[in-house]
Amino acid sequence: MIPIAELPGWAAFLVALLVLAGAALTLTGATGLLRLRTFYERVHAPTLGTTLGATLILAGSMLCFTVLQSRPVVHEVLILLFVSLTTPVTLMLLVRAALSRDIQEGGYPHRSRTKTAAHRRPAVDLACKRDEMRAPLGAKLLALHPSLFGCVIRKREMLQKSGTMEC
Amino acid sequence: MTALLFSWALTLAGIMLAAAMGCAVYRMVRGPRAQDRILALDSFYASGMLLMLTFGIKSGTTLYFEAALVIALLGFAGTVALAKFLMRGEVIE
Repeated sequence: MIPIAELPGWAAFLVALLVLAGAALTLTGATGLLRLRTFYERVHAPTLGTTLGATLILAGSMLCFTVLQSRPVVHEVLILLFVSLTTPVTLMLLVRAALSRDIQEGGYPHRSRTKTAAHRRPAVDLACKRDEMRAPLGAKLLALHPSLFGCVIRKREMLQKSGTMEC
Repeated sequence: MTALLFSWALTLAGIMLAAAMGCAVYRMVRGPRAQDRILALDSFYASGMLLMLTFGIKSGTTLYFEAALVIALLGFAGTVALAKFLMRGEVIE
C-alpha cells in the first residue's frame, strides 16, 4: 500500500476531476431511472453510468495507480472491456423479455413511430429468418433497437399465427 | 492542501455513487413490474462496482479492483439469468 499523499499535484487534480465527472454522470443516469415514465424509456438511462461513467472512473484509477507505482497499470481495461461488452447484451435480453411479456398480455405500447413500412406490409410468405439474414448489417442493428424491435416481434407473431412458417 | 482536496473530491464522488445506488433501490422497491426491478438491480450492481473503484483510489490499494471485477461478473450473470427467467419461466433449458 502506497500512501495517497505521494501523488503529485497535477495527477491528483486530474484523477479527482475524472472520478468526479464519472460519478456525476452515473448519478445523472440513475436519476433517469426515477424520472422517465415507461420501462422502454428507463432502459436507456443507466447505460450512461455503465459506459461513460465507468470509462471516466476507470481512467482516473488507471492514471492514479500508474503514477503511484511509476509503471503502467492497465488492468482496469479488463473491467472496461467486460462492462462495455456485457451491458448491451443484458439490456437487449431484458427488453426482449419485457416485450414478450407485454405482447402476451396484449399491452404493447403503440407509438406512431414504431409503425414503419415493414409493419404495415401484409403477412407475406417470407421466412423471417432468411429475411433477416439477407438484410444488411445496418438494418439488423436497427431491428435490435428497442423502439423498432416491436416491429420484428409483431411480424414474427403475425406470421406464426397465419401458419406460414415456424420461426 | 492538495491531498485534502483530493480526499474531499473522492468522498464527494462516493456520495454521488451512493445516491445513484439509492435511486436504483427506490426503483427496485417501487418498480411497477419485474423488468423494472431487474433493470434497477443491474444499475445497482454497476454503481456499486464504481463505488468500489473509488474506494480503491482513495485507499491506494489494488485489492478493491478485484472486488469490482467480481461484482461486474456476478452482475452480468445475475441479470442474464433473471431476464431469461422472465422470458421463458426457467433459467436453464
